[in-house]
Amino acid sequence: MAAMTLLSTENLSKQFGGLRAVDSVSFTFLEGEIRALIGPNGAGKTTFVNLLSGRIPPTEGRVVFAGEDVTRLPAHARVNRGIAYTFQITSVFAGMSAMDNVKLSAQRRLSKGLFGPDPALLERVALSALERVGLAARRDEIAGNLSYGHQRLLEVAMGLGLDPKLLILDEPTQGLSDEEIAVFVTLVKEIAQNASILLIEHNMDVVMGLAHTITVLDRGRILAQGTPDEIRRNEAVRRAYLGK
Amino acid sequence: MRSRWANKATVLHVGVIAVLFALQFVLPEYHHVNLARVMVLASFAMGYNIAFGYTGLLSLGHAMFFAAGLYAAGLMAQFAGVSAAGGLLLGVAAGLALAAAVGCLALRTTGVSFMIVTLMFAQAAFLATFYFGEYTRGDEGFVIPSHLRHLFGLFLAEPATRYFVALSLFALCLAISFAVARSSMGRVLAAIRENEERTRMLGYNVFLYKLVALTISGAMSGLVGAAYGMLFGYVGATFASIQYSIFPLLWVLMGGAATVLGPFVGTLLMFYLVDISSGFTSANMLIVGLALIGLILFFPKGILGSLRERAAPWLP
Repeated sequence: MAAMTLLSTENLSKQFGGLRAVDSVSFTFLEGEIRALIGPNGAGKTTFVNLLSGRIPPTEGRVVFAGEDVTRLPAHARVNRGIAYTFQITSVFAGMSAMDNVKLSAQRRLSKGLFGPDPALLERVALSALERVGLAARRDEIAGNLSYGHQRLLEVAMGLGLDPKLLILDEPTQGLSDEEIAVFVTLVKEIAQNASILLIEHNMDVVMGLAHTITVLDRGRILAQGTPDEIRRNEAVRRAYLGK
Repeated sequence: MRSRWANKATVLHVGVIAVLFALQFVLPEYHHVNLARVMVLASFAMGYNIAFGYTGLLSLGHAMFFAAGLYAAGLMAQFAGVSAAGGLLLGVAAGLALAAAVGCLALRTTGVSFMIVTLMFAQAAFLATFYFGEYTRGDEGFVIPSHLRHLFGLFLAEPATRYFVALSLFALCLAISFAVARSSMGRVLAAIRENEERTRMLGYNVFLYKLVALTISGAMSGLVGAAYGMLFGYVGATFASIQYSIFPLLWVLMGGAATVLGPFVGTLLMFYLVDISSGFTSANMLIVGLALIGLILFFPKGILGSLRERAAPWLP
């Protein structure tokens, strides 16, 4: 394949006491992909992406991003390299306006030297991120007062403000209505034109509709990997989901 | 809309400084001295507010930064003949260096642990003033020789000069707070206060930002400590005691944490509350306590914090 490897892991493992939450996962992720990461509850999906984003250190193994070994880099440095993570539990800054939330995500990369970014430029970049998720009209509303669906969209806008190479979305459609999910799917397709996307998702319609490739995790290991059709037909995946 | 708010806020703060400037010509002597003292102490509270109000770092050890400035200026005057200008610079340097060093260690902790660690460092600093009693004269303290209390030819013990220098210090600290509150860095500090982990995942080195905030706060406290010594002429261990760590916390809580003018409002009210109530009764702390309970019941975010929430969202 012509596409470049954006992210790979080698034998990545995480041990919590007696539990091996992630067990020797070797994983390759290509530039431009929309990859879904699925698996039954407790399969280690969130732990795995936490290892990728650097929120927790691995017990063993390596993470390589854009050709650089980032295993020892702290989370904030990985964000600066282009790995953005949106939270499973919505965690926007509830006391600030929607605009300030997005400004926070964009101002670091736009800052040159000590004096922060050019205010007009920052305003423009933040507004365009809000426009892309359809929240521009609510720019001055306090984030905590937005509806749940809008808070999730604001999370995505904050991800966009980071201008990431890889956007990790952790269960983004959880708690959204069908209409909101439809909006969200369109949005992800649009974002995928400029960034690669790793999606943890339980909603199979969303997964099948969006993902180029699906990786199935079960008990900390990769159980299967393939196109949506291959995964749908895979016996082992059915067993893992439905029980033996 | 934003810029009009910004103008309104600028007018308010410049106005406060103008009113304080004008007051010196009308106040009776007793209140004249008091207000000079309140402005200096409010500057200390503004320094504290950078760490506690804007960044959410609840320090119980700011007396050590104040005392670092006070003793740096006082001891260098006493033993090396350094006068006020040098003393103020030494005060900034001492507060800044101590805050950076303590921050590197204490900021490895958060929440209650951070409170305890800062408290321990401050107690160690307090006890150090006794350990080196040969120079500091401990509790008893010492008086800074009056010939050294000169700044650019002005004699600081002279009431009008003292008032003017106190006002200048106050204006400087107000300007620093205003700049921090308005800056893009201020936005990051507020984000850290609201949700540290989320801020980290936006690519910010949270530890570094907290260290910078604490260092600015410590440097301001050190400057004010040095100024206090030079303006009022006395250096003693009381200023390093736990009381002087709690005072700025109370003043800031009373006036409104993370508001630029809150520390001044809190300091002024608390000062006069103690002053007036002690004229009526020896149980004046009871009145202060009741006032604090009322405050928590009716203004949980402090006076200006609650005002901002209810009526004036433009207040920085």
